Amino acid sequence: MSESVIQVDNLSLTFQTNDGPVHALSEIDLDIQQGDFVSLIGPSGCGKTTLLRVIADLEKATGGSILVNGVSPAAARLARGYGYVFQAAGLYPWRTIAKNVSLPLEIMGLDRTTRKERVARNLALVNLEGFEKKYPWQLSGGMQQRASIARALAVEPDLLLMDEPFGALDEIVRDHLNEQLLALWGKTNKTVVFVTHSIPEAVYLSTHIVVMSPRPGRIQDIVVSNLPRERTLDIRETPEFLTIANRVREGLRAGHSYDDVES
Amino acid sequence: MQETGFRKSVIPVTAVLLAILLVWSIASVLLNTPWQKDIYKRAGTQNVGAVEFVKATMAQERPVLPSPQQVAVEVYNTTVKKKVTSKRSLVYHSKITLSSAMLGFAMGTLLGIVLSVAIVYNRALKKSLMPWIITSQTIPILAIAPMIIVVLNSMGVQGLVPKAFISMYLSFFPIVVGMVKGLNSPDTGHMDLMRTYSASNWQSFWKLRLPSSLPYLFTSMKIAIAISIVGAVVAELPTGAVAGLGARLLAGSYYGQTIQIWSALVMASILAGSLVWIVDIVGRLVTHRMGLNHA
Amino acid sequence: MLESSVAPKALERTLYIGAACLGVLGLGSLLLQFFGASLLISTSLLVVVAAVVGNKLASHNSAMAAVWLLATSSLAAAFLIIFLSNYDAETASVPYAFWFLVIASWALAWASVSRFTEINTLSRTVNGVLTVLIPLIFGVWLLLLWEFVTQGHDVPKVLLPAPSDIGDRLVNSVPTLWADFKQTFIKSVLTGYIMGCSAGFLVAILIDRSPFLKAGLLPVGNLVAALPIVGIAPIMVMWFGFDWQSKAAVVVVMTFFPMLVNTVAGLSAASKIQLDLMNTYAANYWQSLFKLRLPEALPFIFNALKINSTLALIGAIVAEFFGTPIVGMGFRISTEVGKMNVDMVWAEIAVAALAGSLFYGFIALLERVATFWHPSMRSTAR
Repeated sequence: MSESVIQVDNLSLTFQTNDGPVHALSEIDLDIQQGDFVSLIGPSGCGKTTLLRVIADLEKATGGSILVNGVSPAAARLARGYGYVFQAAGLYPWRTIAKNVSLPLEIMGLDRTTRKERVARNLALVNLEGFEKKYPWQLSGGMQQRASIARALAVEPDLLLMDEPFGALDEIVRDHLNEQLLALWGKTNKTVVFVTHSIPEAVYLSTHIVVMSPRPGRIQDIVVSNLPRERTLDIRETPEFLTIANRVREGLRAGHSYDDVES
Repeated sequence: MQETGFRKSVIPVTAVLLAILLVWSIASVLLNTPWQKDIYKRAGTQNVGAVEFVKATMAQERPVLPSPQQVAVEVYNTTVKKKVTSKRSLVYHSKITLSSAMLGFAMGTLLGIVLSVAIVYNRALKKSLMPWIITSQTIPILAIAPMIIVVLNSMGVQGLVPKAFISMYLSFFPIVVGMVKGLNSPDTGHMDLMRTYSASNWQSFWKLRLPSSLPYLFTSMKIAIAISIVGAVVAELPTGAVAGLGARLLAGSYYGQTIQIWSALVMASILAGSLVWIVDIVGRLVTHRMGLNHA
Repeated sequence: MLESSVAPKALERTLYIGAACLGVLGLGSLLLQFFGASLLISTSLLVVVAAVVGNKLASHNSAMAAVWLLATSSLAAAFLIIFLSNYDAETASVPYAFWFLVIASWALAWASVSRFTEINTLSRTVNGVLTVLIPLIFGVWLLLLWEFVTQGHDVPKVLLPAPSDIGDRLVNSVPTLWADFKQTFIKSVLTGYIMGCSAGFLVAILIDRSPFLKAGLLPVGNLVAALPIVGIAPIMVMWFGFDWQSKAAVVVVMTFFPMLVNTVAGLSAASKIQLDLMNTYAANYWQSLFKLRLPEALPFIFNALKINSTLALIGAIVAEFFGTPIVGMGFRISTEVGKMNVDMVWAEIAVAALAGSLFYGFIALLERVATFWHPSMRSTAR
């Protein structure tokens, strides 16, 4: 059943700055299959967000090749082949929650009834029924982020790209949203690429954990999780979980010495 | 960083300015064409070459729209070539307008600062006066200028002071509004810090409120200085003043001397532009010296 | 907060004592002069009682003291007005007692303002009333003092007419004022404002796609906004004639640049994340313009609309100083000044002020409706 959703081959990206070239990504090889939950983890400056942005065609690679859904990232973007969730919810304050979720659908040119139906369905998926008429600034941070996930899901993509979506939230809300995200993923069999710098979050959520290291940004290790697809928060106490977490931590440690990390 | 930004904008700005000059020239040719045709018709001149025709349209004595070089020549003739004391020198007229504008600006700034400090430190004053100051921004106070001039004249106050009074009146509002905002700009964290030191009002004013209000002060001063020039020019209109840039405008409009109007206008613009520029530079130096613009 | 709740108390005490003293002085000077009869005596008694009771009340209940002081100071002011209207200031000068009482009742009014500001309440209605009442007391007293000084000192009308004179003139010349208003505001200002603002907006949208033009026009626009543009009025009069068209042209030029500069700035206000989001939706230029960048630019556009509302009135009025048909606010101001009819000038200025602030208020209201979501609006709206 597995087919490649994202194929990255010897990818590199170099920014030209006033202080000379910066190798944001170097020799990246990655193959993500349909239904995978892949976390990109690493310290600041390791290029995890840049890699996600290359997949989303928000940055252009300077070397190597990358295919998303079998086509170039640009073609995948134009075909609305993915949903993207940013670290900040980025909801429009002048639109209600329902109108925010419907925004990408309006841009795609869908008709009113389809939009309404999809908005309702996806708001239900993130448990935000009853908040359609509220404005974003009337909601808590966690609810805003859930609305932005609903907005990404409304495009109904098979691929979900998430850039530290829960990074700005407190830990209790974050745990709760992790559980909901996992349930959502279980229900829909979507492919998720998830950027984080939290080891427990990465291990708890993922089928594959890609450990990255900086200067130049490259893949240090790919840890395949043997945890069952259906998990509860309690799984974080099990020895299997801790083994995987340890391997991730070792990968991070091998990637660089901590004393030269810029925070 | 600033230098690259500066260099980046020089070419586009120059291009835009050149484009404006070009449009101006073309417009002056087009607008002056009917009159020029009329001249030729009456003189019975025929078969005028296109180049010659265009040249003629740009060199009329009382053109509908003088060409840029006519204005430039007029400005040059009336500044560099005339004696500074001559009644026909633009420098002389500029000096008169400038001095009343400067006097008014200085008084307005001082008054504005004093009033804003009083407003910030007195809640009753703030609540009762501030709404009126904000409302007064919405009304065309410049309309009051002729009356102030005439009334002060009839009281025996003449010359520089009535005009300066209008400039003061106009420049004082932006200063008050900006300074009240500026003096209130320190965030609660900084204010709380002062309170943990149990600093007196006086101390927190000098050490916190005043320094943090400076960027606001200079922003308002830029508005105030520009508007005080406008005030001084307009103040010269109603009384039939004989000297000053406003008087030149008025005289030009009486006698249809378009070139004179335009050169007075250009002079006033140069004056306003360079004053704003000076305030900007001084503001930058001061805020930089105080380490306020690192952001 | 701390400093302001301490300082006025001492100030207030001085005000009470001062008011009481002045009241006694007024009484004393009355007895000495044996003049002006009972009205001033009762005012003096009123002021003394008001100050003494007010001082007692203030230490118990701010609100009660404020209302008491407001009532008594208003009553005292009313007495003084009645006294003044029965008095012929031209023949004999007003007794000193009058001036003492003016100062005393003004002190009472100020004490009441200062008491009103001390009221701390969560009630929205009370706060709403207070935000109107406090500046209102101040404004009314400014007019009162103006009235007292001009009438009591018999200031010549060519210098400064009393507010009552201006009011009379206002009521008696409604047809003239209305004709001037129509000529200047409805014809010149509104036409020029709409044309200038739309032109600035459209040009901003046009140059939005060219970073080169933006980089060039923005500094030039900022510079032009600082120039004395009203000076083009004589030229516009020559080009477009004496009627309202030339004034509208001045207004167009004056309002164009603030709108241009603000719209361009507003169009670049959208954050990086928002623009990226639009990119992930593969939105085209117009979609991201209408769905994201224009709504983000609205606060800037309204800022320009507000600035321009004042500029437009100034432009039209000043342009009329350079020649008009025999109607218009600027025309009326300049000719009546020449005829020394200063009360008519003031009436015209009052109309201009009212028109200006209503115009501004209307746009501010529109802004509140259109940008209800903006943080600056939310804090005041709730």
